[in-house]
Amino acid sequence: MLRVLARRAGCWGSLNPWMIAQPRRDFCLGLGVLPDSIDRTSDSFTRNSNAMDELISDLQSHIAKVLSGGGAEAVKRNRSRNKLLPRERIDRLLDPGSSFLELSQLAGHELYEEALPSAGIITGIGPVHGRLCMFVANDPTVKGGTYYPITVKKHLRAQEIATQCKLPCIYLVDSGGAFLPKQADVFPDKDNFGRIFYNQAVMSAEGIPQIALVLGSCTAGGAYIPAMADESVMVKGNGTIFLAGPPLVKAATGEEVSAEDLGGATVHCKTSGVSDYFAQDELHGLALGRNIIKNLHMAGKEGLLSRLETVNHEFKEPLYDVKELRSIAPTDLKQSFDIRSVIARIVDGSEFDEFKKLYGTTLVTGFARIFGQPVGIIGNNGILFNESALKGAHFIELCTQRNIPLVFLQNITGFMVGSRSEANGIAKSGAKMVMAVSCAKVPKITIIIGGSFGAGNYAMCGRAYSPNFMFLWPNAKISVMGGAQAAGVLAQIEKGNKKKQGIQWNKEEEERFKAKVVEAYEKEGSSYYSTARLWDDGIIDPADTRKIIGLCISASMNRPAEDTKYGVFRM
Amino acid sequence: MASMASLLHRKLQHQHNRKPFFFFFQSCLFSDSASSSSSSSSSQSIEKILVANRGEIACRIMRTAKRLGIRTVAVYSDADRDALHVKSADEAVLIGPPPARLSYLNASSIVDAAFRTGAQAIHPGYGFLSESADFAQICEHKGLKFIGPPASAIRDMGDKSASKRIMGAAGVPLVPGYHGNEQGIDLMKLEADKIGYPIIIKPTHGGGGKGMRIVNSPNEFVESFLGAQREAAASFGINTILLEKYITQPRHIEVQIFGDKHGNVLHLYERDCSVQRRHQKIIEEAPAPNVSIDFRSHLGQAAVSAAKAVGYHNAGTVEFIVDTISGQFYFMEMNTRLQVEHPVTEMIVGQDLVEWQIRVANGEALPMGQSQVPLAGHAFEARIYAENVAKGFLPATGVLHHYHPVLVSSTVRVETGVEQGDTVSMHYDPMIAKLVVWGENRAAALVKLKDCLSKFQVAGLPTNINFLQKLAKHWAFENGDVETHFIERFKDDLFVSPTNAVSAKEAHEAARFNATLVAACVISMEHSLLKENSPAGNSSLSIWYSSPPFRVHHCARHTMEIEWENEYDSSGSNVLTLTITYKPNGNYLIETGESCSPGFEVKATHLGNHDFRVEADGVSMDVSLAVYFKDQTKHIHIWCGSHHHQFRQKIGRELSGDDEAQHKPSFDTASHPQGAVVAPMAGLVVKVLVKDGTKVEEGQPILVLEAMKMEHVVKAPCTGCVHGLVVTAGQQVSDGSVLFSVKDQ
Repeated sequence: MLRVLARRAGCWGSLNPWMIAQPRRDFCLGLGVLPDSIDRTSDSFTRNSNAMDELISDLQSHIAKVLSGGGAEAVKRNRSRNKLLPRERIDRLLDPGSSFLELSQLAGHELYEEALPSAGIITGIGPVHGRLCMFVANDPTVKGGTYYPITVKKHLRAQEIATQCKLPCIYLVDSGGAFLPKQADVFPDKDNFGRIFYNQAVMSAEGIPQIALVLGSCTAGGAYIPAMADESVMVKGNGTIFLAGPPLVKAATGEEVSAEDLGGATVHCKTSGVSDYFAQDELHGLALGRNIIKNLHMAGKEGLLSRLETVNHEFKEPLYDVKELRSIAPTDLKQSFDIRSVIARIVDGSEFDEFKKLYGTTLVTGFARIFGQPVGIIGNNGILFNESALKGAHFIELCTQRNIPLVFLQNITGFMVGSRSEANGIAKSGAKMVMAVSCAKVPKITIIIGGSFGAGNYAMCGRAYSPNFMFLWPNAKISVMGGAQAAGVLAQIEKGNKKKQGIQWNKEEEERFKAKVVEAYEKEGSSYYSTARLWDDGIIDPADTRKIIGLCISASMNRPAEDTKYGVFRM
Repeated sequence: MASMASLLHRKLQHQHNRKPFFFFFQSCLFSDSASSSSSSSSSQSIEKILVANRGEIACRIMRTAKRLGIRTVAVYSDADRDALHVKSADEAVLIGPPPARLSYLNASSIVDAAFRTGAQAIHPGYGFLSESADFAQICEHKGLKFIGPPASAIRDMGDKSASKRIMGAAGVPLVPGYHGNEQGIDLMKLEADKIGYPIIIKPTHGGGGKGMRIVNSPNEFVESFLGAQREAAASFGINTILLEKYITQPRHIEVQIFGDKHGNVLHLYERDCSVQRRHQKIIEEAPAPNVSIDFRSHLGQAAVSAAKAVGYHNAGTVEFIVDTISGQFYFMEMNTRLQVEHPVTEMIVGQDLVEWQIRVANGEALPMGQSQVPLAGHAFEARIYAENVAKGFLPATGVLHHYHPVLVSSTVRVETGVEQGDTVSMHYDPMIAKLVVWGENRAAALVKLKDCLSKFQVAGLPTNINFLQKLAKHWAFENGDVETHFIERFKDDLFVSPTNAVSAKEAHEAARFNATLVAACVISMEHSLLKENSPAGNSSLSIWYSSPPFRVHHCARHTMEIEWENEYDSSGSNVLTLTITYKPNGNYLIETGESCSPGFEVKATHLGNHDFRVEADGVSMDVSLAVYFKDQTKHIHIWCGSHHHQFRQKIGRELSGDDEAQHKPSFDTASHPQGAVVAPMAGLVVKVLVKDGTKVEEGQPILVLEAMKMEHVVKAPCTGCVHGLVVTAGQQVSDGSVLFSVKDQ
């Protein structure tokens, strides 16, 4: 009956109430839908776009180098032993046609005198039999898969993520152990080699499965990776596990024995019991690895965040082209832009329900969904003032109460300085936000899309605040303050020192001094410098931002909800 | 009656311009008056038929019976419990074990089945008991209607030499020859000259080609004749010889005849069945190509005379051999049954011959006179067999893992007795189906035949479909230039020999391209399946299965090794390594291991089930895929255009347990000499199975120990000779003690 009426209503033309309710996209986007606010014909759009293209092509050329591993010769040698490259191994373990979120591809970039592509270890997250796993795969083509200090750091970072997100770990072991010339930076400290096994033990205790596939050598300390694993597979012929290799055995005891007889798959699967599954060849080993994951029984681990959430499986893509993110962020950090144009290209249907839109406008907060998953977004739209910081703290409290993951879009030069600001208690306001960020127990994802300076870095969930994941755009800059500001400060101090010594600094000298400081800040603040040292989880193409945030959230929801408890807020 | 038939005839002619016709209107063909005038002992019409056959013919008979409202009874052997013909019947009776002589040839249990189910008639189909005069006799005696000719006609025509005598007397042309007892060489020579060269010399007894000679000219005759005599005497002990005209390029043309119980006999034109392999027909057609109307009517008349000579009724086929050089035809034999290839006749005359059979058995008169038999268009039948073409057409067996015949229409018939998942067993004929097509003329029908063959999808066992396609495409076949030696004559064209480098290379190229399409389809299918039902049922992970799979700063790649199963050349490695790169636009860039080839960018869309639309290098096309698992191997078949390729892929070892054989027995440790076998535990020797010094195979049990209430068999670790086996039954052995050793000689 209603339908009949409605159809009749159609005949009445302009009197039809349905027609009036119909939104017209060109001037009315509906509640919460962000408008397309960028001017594609502007000079800055073109300039930004060109600059970003250059950055990305530079990035691509660095990536291409690390993807080829330890060079043609080493790859050939690897193939001649019927071994796959680490990324190929991971591809065969993953569910067919599934995605893989690789972490820190450029770790170790220009860090040592010798090249160390991807720090000699591939880490990342992907599904096996429908269960997300953390992969840690040695690259035997890079320095024989030995552990440099940065290799250890990358391994530990993967384990940290696995612990945070409760992801089963699959170790694809093919490593000569610690890189001996750098043993002082590899072996003794807390976050050094030993921590790998400590983490394995602790994760295993927490019920996070630890699986080792021994696809190559596994010498000395490395032997503990399979030994500490819950289950392990060894490949006949290629996989070996021993505390000391044949040369050391001969030196120590005089016993002459082949690697296979000393610690091959047969010995360890049949006699020693160090390994559990005997694989005829590498493909068999990888297939066994998949089977182990298939048989993991995680019953009783109910109450995962991902099950609690009302994930919409039918979601809309953003209304605006994600690729335009490449043209939005200025490479010159002095220029401002509206963070909403970034959010509009990241969230489902470009729908963003802004919280406290009119208050503390330099911080943009609001609710949205990414691939159907609810998120709370906090983005910078300028310097943080008192109000902005309070608004941020408030919004974080809202999200933690509701188990909504937080996404930080960082582009921050810092908190407002100056007497008025100090008098208003900017430090107190900032501290509130830092307190909220620190204690929030919901998944946190940080993307640095521009500058990340000073205490702004803290309030916006920088590395020290343990976001589950943190990525940089290629144009990102991280430092305690801007290069020019630092140069100014340092020059003043230096000038003072010189003055005390009675030395007059001429303008030219001062400029040279400042230039040096700026250059150092420029280098040390660059995204490559950061990512090489694992201060983040990788540099990403802005166009991949939405996808990567989506994957990160999905990976972070693999654990039960935790209650957030805050410390004392200074009121 | 006559007026009705002529009316129908006009109707047919009118129809045939638009649409071919089958058996839509036969129900009105036979007049009731004919049946009421029948003097048959059981004047009652058949209401239930037992079909004493299996496979497609049983299904086909039941289809007509059902249309006529006649109930059907199937009989089946143990092997056919789940067969289609059993499911198609209203009732079914198990008649015995798989071997045909114990089931489908077991007359008494079939008759018994008819009584148990109350069937009034038995249709024998073709093969099995269809040409058994005794069976027809038994049926008549038991008061069951045998849907076929009278037993006497079966008997007359069953005896090859008797049938020739009868035919000769009736004026049906026979192959000129001399069958006399006078064997004088001069007389024989004279007879030979009379027949005309070339002639064939055959011993009257024996077979297998022994003593057979072809004589091309008179001056060769004496020598050949004496030789044949000697050979016949040596081989068979009797040296009588017969002479016959040798036909160098014969055609096999047969005429479908039909008679009723009122003495009416007519013919339904001829079929050409010349294309044969292993003396079995594989492509038949009607009417015969390249024959004149005169020839056709002479042939038909001769066939009708032949049938009348033996008082024939019901369906029959008179086979002739036609000399393509002289244009003469000669009687060969008469088949007293409905033939396999009867559908081609049905298609051109628009009649249902099984219905005719049933009505004739009911005593009704034929529905039309000779002049009213319509002839419209052209029909082909291709027999699809499970067979190994490359190995001399050897019958094959196996499971029909994938079976999708072409869609049937008013012009395309598929006569089949199997379904997907059925087994083609060694017990019966390996024919899978008959594909029958009709066209306005021969060329149109041939186009349809080729199209249907390319779309006829069978996977799981080898078939002759590719071969049939080659036959249908051959220029000589297209010209209707058929003869009995067709396959032999054009074997170079029809079989790909590995030495033929050009076609081998072409075949390889085509295989490579198809492998590319296979890869694209398999991946897109896997992907759509994963997306629909995420592996762990955890749909919150669906983002991880989006297409294309995401990688940070590079495209996901996938390597696939598939092996091309070259039907004609199984030698050499046909392993293709494909690298698939997932492009951001959802296409796949597929490169094969060969560096010279640039690779294809392929887009595959899964249309559902096994159908895909693929676009490769800007050309899009429909392809079908069949995937099944057999012997730990994934078999993938692809149908694309007129090609069908098959590939196989080893399934990792995900499914197999680790191979025990790879592990050496645990009790040969370094402290003992090689080959020494030690007691795996302390225990009591219960049995010693071999003597010291015996040669043993690897894994052969040597002795049995008992410990902890369990028996443990100690096996030979390798092949060799047992040494030092001194323990005896009842003896206690300690853990680790040497029991014996096995040494190579």
